Amino acid sequence: MSDDGLPTGVERRTFDGRERLSTQGPTVYGEPADADGWRAWDASRSKLGGMLELGMDTGLVGGETVLYLGAAAGTTVSHVSDFAGPTYAVEFAPRPVRDLVGVAEDRDNLFPLLKDARDPESYAHVVESDVDCLVMDVATRGQATVAIRNRQFLADDGRLLMAVKARSEDVTADPDDVFDEVLADLESAYEILETARLDRFHADHLGIVARPK
Amino acid sequence: MTDAWFADANPEDPASGAHRIREGHADAPADWPAVAVESGFADDEANYYEKLRAATLTAARDAVAERERADDLQLAHAVRSMDDAERTANELAERVVEWAGTLYEDVPRGLDGVRDIAARDPTTAGEERVVSYATRAVDLLDERDDLRTFIEERAPDVAPNLSEMAGPVLTARLISLAGSLERLAKAPSGTVQVLGAEDALFAHLKGRASSPKHGVIFTHEYVRGTRPQDRGSAARAFAGKLSIAARIDYYSGDYRPEIHTELAERMATIRARAEEGDE
Repeated sequence: MSDDGLPTGVERRTFDGRERLSTQGPTVYGEPADADGWRAWDASRSKLGGMLELGMDTGLVGGETVLYLGAAAGTTVSHVSDFAGPTYAVEFAPRPVRDLVGVAEDRDNLFPLLKDARDPESYAHVVESDVDCLVMDVATRGQATVAIRNRQFLADDGRLLMAVKARSEDVTADPDDVFDEVLADLESAYEILETARLDRFHADHLGIVARPK
Repeated sequence: MTDAWFADANPEDPASGAHRIREGHADAPADWPAVAVESGFADDEANYYEKLRAATLTAARDAVAERERADDLQLAHAVRSMDDAERTANELAERVVEWAGTLYEDVPRGLDGVRDIAARDPTTAGEERVVSYATRAVDLLDERDDLRTFIEERAPDVAPNLSEMAGPVLTARLISLAGSLERLAKAPSGTVQVLGAEDALFAHLKGRASSPKHGVIFTHEYVRGTRPQDRGSAARAFAGKLSIAARIDYYSGDYRPEIHTELAERMATIRARAEEGDE
């Protein structure tokens, strides 16, 4: 890990006169890149980017094996695979997976899976055990349940990095109440290490760092 | 070991592993890279990941192509077929009932009459023909019902937000009229509002009529159930949200509860005008 709490392979660099997070890899979504192949990681388009930007202690050092749930079109997971090792990207909707495949074609360590994160048995024959990091960004009801069901992939000293979207659980409820409920549910399988509101980048989202109990 | 995606797969052929990635499952994960090397599927860990990459890419590409092919166009064909089946069944029914009326005394009118005739035992050559003809019409009605069931099952997968908002059949009609989910997603909401009212729209463009307030979305309770002077507002609000739903369904596929709540609130506001008694 570098001194600033960022994993090796993630650096703050200057793009268009502004210091931003960046990783080294082929560009994906029209993000600015510099001559050395570093490309800006837009924290307002990436929950994990937001968590790193806010200085949360993600435990990421670079090079880890990652299971990423809710990969969508691959915006965030592309940056993850730039600094991580083998990266499994699970996404449920076909349309975004088409883009995700395009992102994976440019990378050696990114494995796209058109699977439902609520049904881990449908990919347990592909995703290896003892991954170092489980990243979760699924916009579905029952986000805590998904995290608990996927606990089986995570090494005992691994990390869960999760962005909870309040509106996916209950549109009408106060986000704080939703977050309390999700955290209470998570406690059955995880020890919560840190939480932070991501509102600076993502309205009504909570970033969570946890480890398996 | 037998659960692994590469069990029984040909190490040199990504397609065989890809099939197992799509169809297989396991109760729990294992150290697959080590298992693969031990079993001789891969030479070493790096070689395993190369093979895994090739197989997952193939599996994801195939699965996406299949799901997309299976999806919106199938719905469009199904709803057109459902309408054809219904229209044709009605046409046949008219003939059956008219003909049967000359042979039997007590023939109920319309589609009930057709089912009634189809269930009878013919005793003459003429009766045999009319009962047989009625049976074809009944088959067609059953086909229509099966098509509707198919649409109701499939639409929520293809377009979760549109289906929640408009119902599965209207969703299929909108996709059919637009040509595809992609074209529906890219259409402005004003177009969505008048899909299915093309005749009225062209009459308007030629200066012969006022602009249509709604097309096929009229069949939805949100529009039809709103009093006439507020239907334009209801249709516009409904089409606006349908348009957003189509974009979410096409570009992301997530179910977004908030847009449904917002629409319900907007509709309540429009309908409250009637209760307030303003004209």
